[in-house]
Amino acid sequence: MSDWHDVPGLKEERSQVGETTLVVDAADLIDAATYLRDDAGFNFLSDITAVDYLGWGDEGVSGYLGTASGRDLNAPMTQGYQAVPHAKPKRFAMNYHLLSISERAHRIRLQVWLDEGEPVASVIPVWPTADFHEREAFDLMGIAVADHPNLKRILLDDDWEGHPLRKDYPLGGEPVRFSGEE
Amino acid sequence: MTTTAPRSLTSRRPIYSGTRVPSPTPTVLVTTPEMQATGDVLTINFGPNHPSTHGVLRLIVDLYGEDVTGVEAVIGYLHTGFEKNMEHKTWWKCITYPERIDYVSFQNNEYVFVGAVEKLLELDVPPKATWMRTLLCELNRIHSHLVWIGTSALELGAISMFWYAFREREQILDLFELVAGYRMHTRYFQVGGLAEDIPRGFYPEARKFCEWMPRAVDDYETLLSRNKIWLERTEGIGLLSAEDAIALGQSGPVLRGSGVDWDLRKSEPYLAYGSVDFRVPVYQAGDVYARYRVHMDEMRESVRIVEQCLDRLEEMDGEPWIADDRKVVLPPRHELHTSMESLIHHFKIVTEGFRVPEGEVYFAIESPRGELGCYICSDGGPKPWRVKFRAPSFVALQATATLMKDALIADMIAIVGSLDTVMGEVDR
Repeated sequence: MSDWHDVPGLKEERSQVGETTLVVDAADLIDAATYLRDDAGFNFLSDITAVDYLGWGDEGVSGYLGTASGRDLNAPMTQGYQAVPHAKPKRFAMNYHLLSISERAHRIRLQVWLDEGEPVASVIPVWPTADFHEREAFDLMGIAVADHPNLKRILLDDDWEGHPLRKDYPLGGEPVRFSGEE
Repeated sequence: MTTTAPRSLTSRRPIYSGTRVPSPTPTVLVTTPEMQATGDVLTINFGPNHPSTHGVLRLIVDLYGEDVTGVEAVIGYLHTGFEKNMEHKTWWKCITYPERIDYVSFQNNEYVFVGAVEKLLELDVPPKATWMRTLLCELNRIHSHLVWIGTSALELGAISMFWYAFREREQILDLFELVAGYRMHTRYFQVGGLAEDIPRGFYPEARKFCEWMPRAVDDYETLLSRNKIWLERTEGIGLLSAEDAIALGQSGPVLRGSGVDWDLRKSEPYLAYGSVDFRVPVYQAGDVYARYRVHMDEMRESVRIVEQCLDRLEEMDGEPWIADDRKVVLPPRHELHTSMESLIHHFKIVTEGFRVPEGEVYFAIESPRGELGCYICSDGGPKPWRVKFRAPSFVALQATATLMKDALIADMIAIVGSLDTVMGEVDR
């Protein structure tokens, strides 16, 4: 299995430390997912991970010592000697880690790129296990999952403001109740 | 639903025909309108603080008499933002976090993170460290299963099981203490190998435990396996077919209890699992009892793996326990007094942390609860850009709605218990 040209909406195929990543258009996600499940044997969805690349590769982000409040952009260490990472096409990446439960284990990463607020189709019709994973991506990263039958916060309170795993959400930024500072 | 597993991996006789996964939301069992129309459906909160929910799990349950007609799991009461915190710590300081995520199978969690970093670094680990990691992961599997059988049996009224299981658990914790100085959250795995050499006296103590443990499992089975009350509470309860288990992403004992012969230690061998001899227990019934049997058999198999690891390790005296890569691994302590170069390396790694090449990696292992995955993304700097854990307990809870079909409220305790969820891992 090394020929992925038939995957609908395939934009890029890359490989690193033995892992294959297929990047598809967000519009073709369901087609690609259905193809991978039915024709390529990926019957098991292991995980969905949303990643926020806001500030990725900006000067001063990588290689700086952290402070109590997070990465400190004003405290340079060895930035001048370090390669800046490759640019990413959009702010958010959704990674679908697929596994083929068959005679031989086979894994693949399906990736779509999204701008802020750009909706992504729910893959629950393809893999029902996506339910909690998509709710988590919505809750912590603010990914708008379209057509999810039960899209609500899963780990945080229903009235929580913001999405904590976004890079612009500060560490220690949540209000502390009963602290006297309310 | 057309998700299917290859025939050879699944049972010959289906556990039930068709699918029982609720639609459109696979994780919520909704009370039917006809049932609602009777006016006798009572909605109650089960948890978050209830002794038999294995932590802070809240189930909103619709009851018609004692019948469960609807159920929805509400989680997040233990959310502590591990993943966010890890983005702000250097790679080597992050190692303390994963073991606190699942506080019952800490060594497996520790390894999945360390293993993911090593995969991205493409770092070779010396054989002694690999075998010791295998040994500790298996001891930890027994530990986790003991906590499971102790608490799950307790919930169904078998109180003495709890005392027996915790007696053996104590012995395992003593072994961990001997190795790492801590009973839980040992932080003994370092990127590149082990934090310290294996202490003298560990092998004989571990041998003693290996001799004792199979007899202890015999004791448990004598108490439970043919116990009338236990059988009535577990047999035929919480059915899950192989197809539904795969569709719902179930893994570990839940998947193997549904007749799918799937274990990452066999199918994608990591650590030393490719070189040890062990059997993967698979049961066909797909009920709570099948899951119980899988746990029991796995404890016996884990003891066998530990013995094989000991055989190898005893021949490895004096071999290195950590990789000799000065850009990643701390230099030996004694060199700091004589070598300027070592001092610089030590200082750089401790203050700034080592760098991990740009890229992303997903590394999965078979934890006691199933497929435990770790996704890490690095921008080439000394801190992770993103860390995500694929927690098997989190996924297991998605099966509650499917398993609860035709269940009584008392069965619910058995069913939730059989999924072996640890809420720390669910909520992260």
